[in-house]
Amino acid sequence: MSELLTGSAGERRLFLGNEAIVRGALEAGVALVTTYPGTPASEIGDRCYGISRQTDLQFEFSTNEKVALEVAAGASACGWRVLCAMKHVGLNVAADALMTLAYVGVKGGMVIVSADDPSLFSSQNEQDNRYYAKLAGLPMLEPATPEEAKAMTLAAFALSEQLKVPVLLRTTTRVNHTRGPVTLGELAARPGPGRFYKDPFHLVMVPAVARQAHVRLLAAQDQARALAETSVFNEISGAGAWGIVTSGVAGTYAADALTELGLTGKVRLLKLGFTHPLPATLLGDFLAQVSKVLVVEELEPYLEDGLKAIAQDRGLSLTIRGKGPGLFSRLYEYHPGLVREVVARFFGVASEAPVPLVPEKILEQPLPDRPPNLCAGCPHRAMYYAVKIALKDLGVEGIFPTDIGCYTLGLLPPLSMADYLICMGSSVSTAAGISLATGQKVVAFIGDSTFFHSGLPALVNAVHHKHDFLLVILDNGTTAMTGHQPHPGVSLMPPGYPGEHVPIVRVVKALGVEQLWVVNPFKYKESLAATKEALTASGIRVLISQAPCHLYAQRLSGKRRTARFQVTKSCGECRDCLDNFGCPAMYLEKGDAGQLQIDQELCSGCAFCVQWCENIRPVGVAGKGKE
Amino acid sequence: MALTQNPEPKTQNPKENLRIFLTGVGGQGTLLASRLLGEAALAAGYNPMVSETHGMAQRGGIVVSTVILGDLQSPLISAGEADIVLGFEALEAFRALDRCHAKTLVIANTATQVPYPVAIGQARYPSVAQMFQRLAAQVGALLAFDAGALAHKSGSPLAVNMVLLGALAATDSLPIPAQDILSVICTRTKEKFLASNLQAFDLGAAAARDPGNWQRR
Repeated sequence: MSELLTGSAGERRLFLGNEAIVRGALEAGVALVTTYPGTPASEIGDRCYGISRQTDLQFEFSTNEKVALEVAAGASACGWRVLCAMKHVGLNVAADALMTLAYVGVKGGMVIVSADDPSLFSSQNEQDNRYYAKLAGLPMLEPATPEEAKAMTLAAFALSEQLKVPVLLRTTTRVNHTRGPVTLGELAARPGPGRFYKDPFHLVMVPAVARQAHVRLLAAQDQARALAETSVFNEISGAGAWGIVTSGVAGTYAADALTELGLTGKVRLLKLGFTHPLPATLLGDFLAQVSKVLVVEELEPYLEDGLKAIAQDRGLSLTIRGKGPGLFSRLYEYHPGLVREVVARFFGVASEAPVPLVPEKILEQPLPDRPPNLCAGCPHRAMYYAVKIALKDLGVEGIFPTDIGCYTLGLLPPLSMADYLICMGSSVSTAAGISLATGQKVVAFIGDSTFFHSGLPALVNAVHHKHDFLLVILDNGTTAMTGHQPHPGVSLMPPGYPGEHVPIVRVVKALGVEQLWVVNPFKYKESLAATKEALTASGIRVLISQAPCHLYAQRLSGKRRTARFQVTKSCGECRDCLDNFGCPAMYLEKGDAGQLQIDQELCSGCAFCVQWCENIRPVGVAGKGKE
Repeated sequence: MALTQNPEPKTQNPKENLRIFLTGVGGQGTLLASRLLGEAALAAGYNPMVSETHGMAQRGGIVVSTVILGDLQSPLISAGEADIVLGFEALEAFRALDRCHAKTLVIANTATQVPYPVAIGQARYPSVAQMFQRLAAQVGALLAFDAGALAHKSGSPLAVNMVLLGALAATDSLPIPAQDILSVICTRTKEKFLASNLQAFDLGAAAARDPGNWQRR
């Protein structure tokens, strides 16, 4: 049984922020959770999927975030408590629904988790989604720790029902992926079937209805502001003539900085957890009591701008600073030492910052990087190789719009097969624009899950407008990058997964794609021949590369392939495999002048390289492999 | 739940602050090690904060995690502020020198995992002996040994994390008794790995008791 379903009230557990959110939702009696997997929110879906197999919790990995939000909205309209989780950029996809759902409102409590990613650990941008709360006019809570994540999730459901609007729970990677003690409450039962009561003049957003709905939304915001004024999540600690206003995990760094600098008696700390609408009276009163204020918040000056506006309203002229030269940056994640330095500088106290040791200087030589790489046995690499060699044989340069998934690692040498990327699904549509503008040979790459997420409309567009490019769908049967979640086209799925299989081939054909190739990328001759045909044809063409994610297939089956391969002859000057393929199991003995070898522990036994290099041959199992 | 209710009882921990930094390569079990330390600390009455790397970095990249004990709220460790470093791989242990201060205890695996740029001859893997010699000159103490070999010896090559936890527990630098860590290992590891994990833990503890593995300033 999931450990999130066990334990009695008052017990303390070590939970990941994401697990704490799930536990909070379960204690609130959440009936439905929807999501599209995305780091740093992925574990919310993973845990809920497991729980949905063990309880009557309804859960789905929706095809994209907009769909996830709308499925949740429908259920909420029938009285269910619902949670919808996504990474920050997922909320862009769901934004169309979000903006008007704020007008429509909710019946059962609805919590939308937006997991932001300062420092872009695994994202394409580091946008600050607190502005979505402001843009949509919705209440927002911002936890700093797993304990708060649970408490705020629970509170957010009640708040949502009280105000009849969705509540945004805005986290950052450091909150999602920190484990900390969480005090358990009682699990709540789920309510059973809901019921949809017709009320079209409140629920159908035509202009006349929406004009009134907007009035209601503004009234809900006023109510929310009043609740923020007295919320337990907005806490003042310490005393003194100076102030710090902070939110999120940055608040933990600020609190530690005050302790370590001995400033708790000089600086009042206002840690905000209810951050939209801002509690203007609480903040105004705080500002009135101090002579200068430092705002400690990651990313954009959201609180800082709000505080300056409140100070203006109250006629206060104190110094309010946050972002700027010598202070905080709008870039990247903060850390305790950085916050301590800025706090010390701003309040003019001494800080004993350690002089950091620089490993490269101490060693007097550079340290090699350790870039992430596609796994040994990854089907994406095999397909990339076929396209690379086909283009080389044809003497044509390829332009490669790419997409979001493991295969984005094709950017790195030696593959170097990623030329343009914006967001999920952009490979297909940007390929159309590039080919239209240039007539160059455009080969777009998209993964199976991303194809269902947002590649479909772009492919319909390409068929309809007769665009001229080759789309390679890298179908490894799962959503690999985020931890192997299922999607509509899955061929590899967790045991007992109930979803209906929607084969990509059938979808692509049904969209009107007439030039279609389906290959197993590990059958080199066939995939190379098909790729050449597809490259030389014109119009919209789709090549589907079908082979399961090796890592996940192995995990599901519990078996390792036993075949292994080794280089049996001297390679001479040839470095084709290193220059074009780049399998992590291959290495050069004794530096760059050495002979190529294959690491028997790392070799996955995919038998791909052996098909194009006559120096590589199978070796006996010889006690290796089987586990 | 009413919005005005206090969200959590705050346990005060006036105990000494301790910042532990774990670093290794994807697949080496750093996350399990930090989680087990956190669980043991929680059982011992601490308010541990454990931060983890997930996502893109796990595809053969560097994976770091932190365990923080004491009267601290921050889940991260800034440069120069780790009291203990657990290095799961030689190069990564050395790279974590930027987290160290003059009193840091570094426990490092001397076994290497060659990064891809080195494997294909585009970069050079530094001499392990030289790295550890320079490292030892900067920190409080270095305990270095081949944890990979000990993991193999335990019957589970993936048990490098257990070897290092065993070594850490045997150094007496933790406020948590070794027995608490062992009992968390017993409840958190799969039945079929339990015997080898416990053996790996013991082998790590034995390595820590061998003065030949230590370099102190």
